[in-house]
Amino acid sequence: MYELRQVDKTFPGVHALKAVDFKVNRGEIVGLVGENGAGKSTLMKVIYGAYQPDGGTVTIDGTTVRFQNPRQAMDHGIGMVFQEQSLITNLTVMENIFLGYEAQFVSLGVINWKAMAEAAKQQLAKVKLDIDPATITSELSFAQRQLVELAKVLTLEERVDGDLVILLDEPTSVLAKEEVELLFNLVRELTKRASFIFVSHRMDEVLELSDRIYVMKDGEVVDVVAHDNADMDAIQHKMVGRDVDKEYYREQKQKPYGNEILLSFKSVSQGRRYQDISFDLHKGEVLCLVGTEGSGREAILRTVFGLDAPTAGTVEIKGQTIARFNARTGVDLGVGYVPRERKVEGIVAGMNVYENMTLSQMQNYAAGGVLRVGEEKSLARDWIKRLAIKTPNENKDCGGLSGGNQQKVVLAKWRSGGSDIILLDHPTRGLDIGAKEDVYEMVREMCDAGAGIILVADTLEEAIGLSHTILVIKDGEFQKRFDGTPGDKASPYDLVHHMI
Amino acid sequence: MVDTTAGIAPRARFLTRERIIKWAPLLVLGVLVLLFPFFEWLEDVRAGDAHTYLLDSRFFSIRNAARIGISATPALMVAIGVTFIIIMGSIDLSMEGTVSVCAVIFAFVFIAWGGTVLSWAWLAIPIAMLVGAAMGFINGLVHVKLKIPSFMASLAMGFVGTGLALLLTGGDRVRVEDPIFRSLLTERWFNFPVMVYVALVFLLIAWFIQSRTTLGRNFYAVGGGEELAHASGLNVERVRLMGFTLAGVFFAVGALLAVGRIGIAETATGNNFMFVSITAVVVGGTALWGGIGGVWNTLVGVLIVNVINNGMVVIGLPAFLQDAVLGILVIIAVVLSTDRRSVSFVK
Repeated sequence: MYELRQVDKTFPGVHALKAVDFKVNRGEIVGLVGENGAGKSTLMKVIYGAYQPDGGTVTIDGTTVRFQNPRQAMDHGIGMVFQEQSLITNLTVMENIFLGYEAQFVSLGVINWKAMAEAAKQQLAKVKLDIDPATITSELSFAQRQLVELAKVLTLEERVDGDLVILLDEPTSVLAKEEVELLFNLVRELTKRASFIFVSHRMDEVLELSDRIYVMKDGEVVDVVAHDNADMDAIQHKMVGRDVDKEYYREQKQKPYGNEILLSFKSVSQGRRYQDISFDLHKGEVLCLVGTEGSGREAILRTVFGLDAPTAGTVEIKGQTIARFNARTGVDLGVGYVPRERKVEGIVAGMNVYENMTLSQMQNYAAGGVLRVGEEKSLARDWIKRLAIKTPNENKDCGGLSGGNQQKVVLAKWRSGGSDIILLDHPTRGLDIGAKEDVYEMVREMCDAGAGIILVADTLEEAIGLSHTILVIKDGEFQKRFDGTPGDKASPYDLVHHMI
Repeated sequence: MVDTTAGIAPRARFLTRERIIKWAPLLVLGVLVLLFPFFEWLEDVRAGDAHTYLLDSRFFSIRNAARIGISATPALMVAIGVTFIIIMGSIDLSMEGTVSVCAVIFAFVFIAWGGTVLSWAWLAIPIAMLVGAAMGFINGLVHVKLKIPSFMASLAMGFVGTGLALLLTGGDRVRVEDPIFRSLLTERWFNFPVMVYVALVFLLIAWFIQSRTTLGRNFYAVGGGEELAHASGLNVERVRLMGFTLAGVFFAVGALLAVGRIGIAETATGNNFMFVSITAVVVGGTALWGGIGGVWNTLVGVLIVNVINNGMVVIGLPAFLQDAVLGILVIIAVVLSTDRRSVSFVK
């Protein structure tokens, strides 16, 4: 009923969608998978009307349509449940559900709140959420908000003649396992009312829920697999376009780690984020924290860096027990933090390459508060060469570099300052494959140079490929430890088993 | 989809957005400087008088340049102070109160301790600067420790300052008539009064702080990415405190030059500095959300504002139009310098 034919979309410099054919049948759940940058989000935006395709046709029940904006798409029954939740948290649930469509409850300019509450209750019943529609949204859990979001989209049912298509963008990323199960059951039930397009990085969930799966790579649909024939390895193979092999993660360069302990966690807890976590990080070791989003991985990194003080237990860095937790202490003891959001926490756009590199170590390049800019520049030139950073010179604004090169600048910042405990939080997120390989290469080099690395990886394969040691964390609690040597490592299945 | 576009080198264009933003203020200044003599020329030609463009201009003359310099220097000092704050992504609106307090305290101490620079009264100068620093420091404390938005904290502190100045003077004017101090205005080197050179020295100091010290770098880091600055081990609160303190010192210098210019210190000494200095910073191209700009931008901005004020007087436009023109200029400057594709809603 909903169909895209030969849809094309080009941005300056990028051919984001290449002649994509995409079809959703009535009551069907369609999975959409692909690596970052494969074109999934562009395709979704075309579907819900945020982008207009450059070529090709969009048809609903055989009629050609063209949406200028998401509102028009909604009027044709296409709704989007956003990954970044789109609810306004200081409004009530019902206000959110009918945001922009209050007119039906208005008479003489006054909103009839009772009628709205009644209508909201009906919508909430569809998603089996039993809450007072007058609740302020910020009081709800993430899972509840997700359902409200879904209820909001389901209001289309009353407004639109014809069928609904609902996009779910990474709907499970903030949910616990039980909540995911509930959501899936609900979605299956709702197929009576609507078709779904399910987009997720979690391959197992896509396999479980979808009737058909579209696999995208480089802006093209490379395969469409029916649920019964779906095989995770085959799909991953198609997504990556080649074997995700040992070569890719530089496993042959993995060497056993040393005996010297850099960092030691002794029964450390932090509020409700994580409890009773213990581990040692050695020189030359890559230790990977594996768990779902919100399992406590990031909180542990923040404690190591000194951003959040633990509530119990002791942290030792190079034999020294940490008493005061702040970022300065972390930096001074040689901890370097490469955050997930490069734009927010990684580099200062507007400052140039050398200024970014010395940001954490300005005191080494200053006497009495006066900077020795010449020394900063020669340091930057040195590291630009060592890491092959693609920039015309050290005076270039970092905001203008590509993601991979920004990441190199961040790494250079910490390594040039002598940091030897490097925390990598999704270091390859949003990078293309070549840039990812550069990062993997750098991880091995840092280990050779005696640094210890704590990694929160983008994918399980990455975690396994890069690490010596894997700690699986679930709901803030330690589950299992895996020690891997090249050629003898845990499989994603082993990990998933303990993660969820 | 995140970084696919970033990997591809943009086509080299001469008129990039960045270039336009960078050079637009200077261009505007140049156009203004040529525009006002044009009006004069037009007027004389209409009246049938002989008039050689630029050469016969009253506006485009050394005398008038000195006049613009005199009116611009106190404002330049104040604007430089607030530039640092705006680079940090905050704002400081306390300048009028701070300038008044510094001016009044300077005048009292100066007169009480001898009334001439050749006595101990010269100490009034550093004392005024300390007062400015203290006001700025308190301002910063209120902002950082009580976690009050900087515009509110500083606006309130400004009112406190104005009130304090009124309390000290009881509404009277305090005259500072020491000829040596007044030589800031009366003594001229190469046609320009000493105060212009003093301001130039402080401009160079400000530039040094901005480009060559850890403090200056910290301002940009905090303005460009506060989270990141924190995650790089910078003490963001301390940077903010020092920023407000430094701004206070520059406000005090502005106060001293203002007193030197008219020989009077009073509550009203601080009047008008807020509008002029903020306008100058913004028109000069320093971004209100922080991280971009600097003291040279502010110099150009202050000159634009003063050239407009002066030029409109020279060609005989009424004074009330001047503020309106400046107000429109501010809006144009912000529109031009804001990348509105990246900012969807502004509160």
